Amino acid sequence: MIEMLPPASIMILGALLLPLLPGRLRSGAVVALPVLSLVHIAGLPLGEHLQLSIFDYTLTLARVDKLSLVFGYVFHLAAILGAIYSFHVQDRVQQVCALIYGGAGVAAVFAGDWITLFVYWELTAISSVFLIWARKTERAHKAGMRYLIIQIGSGVLLLAGIVLHVSAGGSLAFDKLAAFGWRELGLAVTNFGAADAAGVSGALLIFIAFGIKCAFPFLHNWLTDAYPEATVTGTVFLSAFTTKLAVYALARAFPGSAALVGIGAAMTVFPIFYAVIENDLRRVLAYSLNNQLGFMVVGIGVGTEMSLNGTAAHAFCHILYKALLFMSMGAVLFRTGKINGSELGGLYKSMPWTAAFCIVGAASISGFPLTNGFISKSMIIDGAAAGHYTVTLLVLLFASAGVFHHSGIKIPFFAFFAHDSGIRCKEAPWNMLVAMGIAAFFCLAIGFFPGPLYALLPYSVDYVPYTATHVVTQLQLLLFSALAFSVLMRTGIYPKELRALNLDTDWVYRRLLPAAVNRVRVRGGRLVEAMSRAFDRQLGRAIGGIYRHHGPEGLFARSWAIGGSVIWVCILLLLCLIVYYR
Amino acid sequence: MSEKRYWLDDRRNVTKVFYAIVVLCALTYLPELVGRVTPSLGLHKHLHYDWEGWFGFHGWYGFIGCVMLVLVAKYVFRTLLMRDESYYD
Repeated sequence: MIEMLPPASIMILGALLLPLLPGRLRSGAVVALPVLSLVHIAGLPLGEHLQLSIFDYTLTLARVDKLSLVFGYVFHLAAILGAIYSFHVQDRVQQVCALIYGGAGVAAVFAGDWITLFVYWELTAISSVFLIWARKTERAHKAGMRYLIIQIGSGVLLLAGIVLHVSAGGSLAFDKLAAFGWRELGLAVTNFGAADAAGVSGALLIFIAFGIKCAFPFLHNWLTDAYPEATVTGTVFLSAFTTKLAVYALARAFPGSAALVGIGAAMTVFPIFYAVIENDLRRVLAYSLNNQLGFMVVGIGVGTEMSLNGTAAHAFCHILYKALLFMSMGAVLFRTGKINGSELGGLYKSMPWTAAFCIVGAASISGFPLTNGFISKSMIIDGAAAGHYTVTLLVLLFASAGVFHHSGIKIPFFAFFAHDSGIRCKEAPWNMLVAMGIAAFFCLAIGFFPGPLYALLPYSVDYVPYTATHVVTQLQLLLFSALAFSVLMRTGIYPKELRALNLDTDWVYRRLLPAAVNRVRVRGGRLVEAMSRAFDRQLGRAIGGIYRHHGPEGLFARSWAIGGSVIWVCILLLLCLIVYYR
Repeated sequence: MSEKRYWLDDRRNVTKVFYAIVVLCALTYLPELVGRVTPSLGLHKHLHYDWEGWFGFHGWYGFIGCVMLVLVAKYVFRTLLMRDESYYD
C-alpha cells in the first residue's frame, strides 16, 4: 500500500498540513516527515512505478534506479539535517516551504518523464524563494525576486525544450537526450529552430535550462547573489537541492557531453578568484559551491562509469559538507548578527564546537584524506586523468588547491581565528550543534569507510581511494597550499577583508540593462513628444485650410446640403472617438 | 576581570603553527625522497602522466597555484571589479 504513494508525497502533503500543528510539535513534524519519507523510498522496489495516463501521455511518478536513489537518499538526509538545524524556527512559512522544497527536489529526482520533472522543477523554484524572502529585508526581497525570475526562466526554457523535443517525435521518458560536444553544441545553436533540427533545438533548450540551475559560467550569478541573502536556516536548505537536482538532471540527460568537461573546468576555476576577495563568508561559500559543482559537471562530461560514479559520490558528499559549512556560518550569523570576514575573528573562544565542526566541513571540502571529499573528488580527478583530459586535469588540481585555500582555510580562519574581533557570544543552540554534529559525523565516517557509499553508486565501483600515491600527492597539494596561505598572510600580501562588493554577471541585469532601458525610455519619450508636437502643428494648418474654404464663411459652404453635413459630422465624431479612445 | 588567555593569543605560538606547517610540508616530500634514494622502500607514484611523477609536483604546483590565485584575485579582480558596498542601492 505504502509503495503506492509517489516519492516525497509524505513531505509535500505533510507540509500542507503543517500549519495546523502547534509550536514544537510542528518543528518535530518538520524533522519526522523527511525521516518517514526516507523510510518510504528505501522500501521502493527498483523499476518504474505509479504510471498515469493523461491524454496521450504516460507520466511516471517513480522511476527507482541506483542513480535516482543515491540522490534521493542524500536529499532526504539534507532535509533532515536542515530540519534539526532549524528546529528553533517557528515561522510557518519557512517550515512549510523548506519541506515542500526538499520534497519537490526528491520528487523531481524520481520523475521518470519530462512533464513530471518540469512540474517539480518549478515547484523547487517557487517554494525555495520564500526561504530568501523570509529574511524580511529589502535586499533579500530584491535578491529573491531576481532569483525567482531566473529560476522560473529556467523552467520556461525547460518546458519549451520539452515541447520541441516531444513534438519532434522524442520520447517523453526522462532519459539520455544528447551528448553535446562543442561542435554539436555549435551546430545546435546555428540550426536552432530549423524544421529538421527540432529535436536538437529541444535538447539545446533543456541543456540551457539545466545549465542555469547548475550555475554554468555566466548563468551562475543567481546563486551567489541570492543564497547569502536567505535566512540563517534557509541557506542550508538552498545549498542542497536546486543545484544538485540540476547535476542529477545533467547526469541523466547529457552524460558524456564533452562540452561539459570544459564548462565544468571553467566552473571550478573562476569562482575561486571571487571567493578569495569576497568579504561575506556565506557568499564565499556560495562561490565555492559553484566551484564544487564544476567538479561534478566535469565528471558528467567525461561520462565514463568511474567519473559518473564520481559525480554521484561527490554530489552526495558535497551536500553534507556544504550544509555543514553553511550551518556553521549560519550559527555565527545567528549568534553575532555579523557574517563579514572583516568584522569577525577569534570566535573559537566563544563557539568552540561550531569552530570544530566548521573545520571538519572545511577539511572535507578540501578533500583531506579521511574525509568524504577525498574519496569522492579523487574519483572525478582520476576519471579526467584516465580520459587524458590534460588541461582539465591541471585545472582541477589547481582548483583543488584553491578550494582549500579560499574555503578550507579562509572560512574557519576569518570567522574563528585571525585577529580577535572582541565579540563574545553564546555557543550555537543545541539543535544547531546536533545538526552540525551529525553532518560532521557523516563527513568523517564516509571518509574513513567509503564502502557503503560506493555500494550506493550507479555503477559497480572498482576504485581504491587510499593508495600511497593518492594520499601523498593530495597531502602535498593541500599542505603546500596551506603554506602559501601562511606565507602570504605573514608577509602581508594576502588581501585584507574589505567592506565592498565585487561585480559579477549580475551587473548586466542590475545595472547595464536597467540603465539601457531607462535611456531608451527617456530618449524615446523626448522623440515621441517632438513628433506629436510636429503632428499637431501640421494638423492645425490642415484644419485651418479646410475651414477657410469649407467653413461657414468659405466659398464651398454655399453649396452645402443639410443631410451631407450630418453625415460628415458623424464621421468626424467617429474619428474623434477613435483617435481619443485610449 | 581578566579574560582567559588562549594558547593562540600568544604571537609566538602562531609562529610555531607556521613552522609546524613547514615541517608537515617537508614530511610529505619524505616518501618520494626515500623512493628516489632506496627504490625498494619509498613511494613510487602510479600516475597517468609523466609530469605528475616529477619530484614533488603536487606540492610546488599547489604552492605556485595558490600564490597566483591570490595575486590575480588581489591585483586584477579587486582592481577591476571592486565597488562600494552600496553600489547597487
